[in-house]
Amino acid sequence: MTDEVIRAENLTKVFNKSLVAVDHINFSVREGEIFGFLGPNGAGKTTTINMLITVLKPTEGKASVLDYDVVKQANEVRKVIGVVPQEYTADEDLTGYENVMLCADLYGIPREIAKKRALELLELVELTEFKDKRVETYSGGMRRRLELACGLINRPKVLFLDEPTLGLDVQTRAATWEYIRRLKKEYGMTLFMTTHYLEEADALCDRIAIIDHGKIIVTGTPSELKDSLGGDIITIAIKENADVTSVIKSVENVKDVRNENGAYRIKAENGEVTAPLIIEALRKSGYTVTRLSLTEPTLNEVYLEYTGRAIRDMEESRESFIAHRITLRRARGG
Amino acid sequence: MSGATTANECRPSLARGLWALTYRELKKWLKDPVMLVMFVLQPLIWMGLLGKSMNIGGLFSANNINLPQQIPIPGNVILYPSGLQGVVLNGTMLAQMFADMGSNIMQNTFGVTDYFSFMAIGMVSMIVMTTTMFSGMSIVWDRRLGFLDKVISTPVSRVAIIFAKILNATFRAMLQATVILALAYLLGLQLSGTFTLLNLLGVYAAIFLLGVGLSSIFIAFSIRSTRMERPMQFISLITMPLMFASNTFFPTRLMPDWMQAVANVNPLTYLTDAIRRLTILPMDASALIWDFTYLGLFAAVLAIIGIVLAWRYLTR
Repeated sequence: MTDEVIRAENLTKVFNKSLVAVDHINFSVREGEIFGFLGPNGAGKTTTINMLITVLKPTEGKASVLDYDVVKQANEVRKVIGVVPQEYTADEDLTGYENVMLCADLYGIPREIAKKRALELLELVELTEFKDKRVETYSGGMRRRLELACGLINRPKVLFLDEPTLGLDVQTRAATWEYIRRLKKEYGMTLFMTTHYLEEADALCDRIAIIDHGKIIVTGTPSELKDSLGGDIITIAIKENADVTSVIKSVENVKDVRNENGAYRIKAENGEVTAPLIIEALRKSGYTVTRLSLTEPTLNEVYLEYTGRAIRDMEESRESFIAHRITLRRARGG
Repeated sequence: MSGATTANECRPSLARGLWALTYRELKKWLKDPVMLVMFVLQPLIWMGLLGKSMNIGGLFSANNINLPQQIPIPGNVILYPSGLQGVVLNGTMLAQMFADMGSNIMQNTFGVTDYFSFMAIGMVSMIVMTTTMFSGMSIVWDRRLGFLDKVISTPVSRVAIIFAKILNATFRAMLQATVILALAYLLGLQLSGTFTLLNLLGVYAAIFLLGVGLSSIFIAFSIRSTRMERPMQFISLITMPLMFASNTFFPTRLMPDWMQAVANVNPLTYLTDAIRRLTILPMDASALIWDFTYLGLFAAVLAIIGIVLAWRYLTR
């Protein structure tokens, strides 16, 4: 007995014998948590999810969902999982209701149960009003919600969400988070999601694995990851044109100082207490502080720390993202 | 939590999955009015233009042969058609003679006296061929749109995923064939005396067999593809040879030997022959049995190859 719902050991996927998309990763997801894979495009998130949902065969290593092996017991895995793919896969020409029923047919859920549940789920994602409209008339947010409803038709024990808010605007994104939280609460599922939005990982996930170039770099809760940076970030600017790094360093609790174009980026524990001490020390040495800001570390800093890349490198426009993905798909399809 | 505790009401059945996926595609297709109009127009245009313009029967009609008033016979003798007693050889009779010869030639060559009937059935075969090829390949779109991955992640039978495509292709082909046959009948297709409505079932059976064979091989061909271009190119490459190296538009008997050899293994020949024998030609049971045996083998072998390949490559 274990409370690990998903387990991956040395999970690896190589495309065309040369493109290593996922490189010997190990992780486990506990029952009832929301586990997030955070990383830039092309880091191997979708490939990992596709192996877990039995769409791709691992090249090496193994993985299991609810103790079912994803290769040897693929069909058992398929019965207990729900999938909300990155793409809008609902059929444009069918209505929302027809789409949910199509999913029910694929799972072989008894008709009567399926009808009742389809209506319940459409209600849950607030699409009842539009259930008999063709999906082509739906907005992005509505389509995403429809995908959620489809993914839940078999009452999955584990729900996989691949970039659940990709391409949605900020309000719709926040609303979608709300749905996801509500789903988790109502159905008590375990959720595995991928995202390249830091704020999304921060807002939703109980635990996060940062993945880059097919490797997991670090795993932990959002606050653990932030704490691992060793404190808050204080940014200070002074009036005088002088290097005061050593002055700042002498202050208690200051861990690291970096001079970035005249502004000092200081890593310190207990930022609220340390900041006044730094001002005091600088004033005593005859310098005047002109500007000060104090930020608690965000995943942004965590990300920067572990991958050496700023988050804006990952924030691309939807168009370039899609172009990128099509290229990748072609490479895979070969 | 262990796997054993997860009681589950999922009872994925082959029949239900198969029907759900086939139904989806047919519904998509039938909901698109433009597609439907095109689907009626395309065979109509082909048949109307090609079938009626290539008036091969007309080649041998009296109107097409300029009969001289005088027929010169070697030896400086002039034979006046109407001048000799006891020999009734006037212009009208001559014309009749040539016309009879014409329809004899037509009958011997095509089995029927009008080319249009012959060709209209060839049209049915051609449409069946292109429709099954193209609809088999819609699997490329499903992959691109992510739909295929979603279906693969459900417990639905893998056979159902492949067979839904095959069924969809053959249903479409059958519907199109029905429309073409009906239109051809309105445009003057001459049914043989042995035709009954029951023969239509035979027509559908033949279409089904060819459809299963052709679409499975095209599904297998396009299953790994993420682009439509390559399969499309392939189709346009092989459509013409398949069409002309068969009895679709012209009897194979008059073709050069090497072409006859191709035509004799071309499944399109057997489909066309079977449909002709069931509609415009007099019934010939032994020939029909041979046609169906060939089509049946073709369908079985290609379906097995297609499904094995598809199975192998569905999960990458």
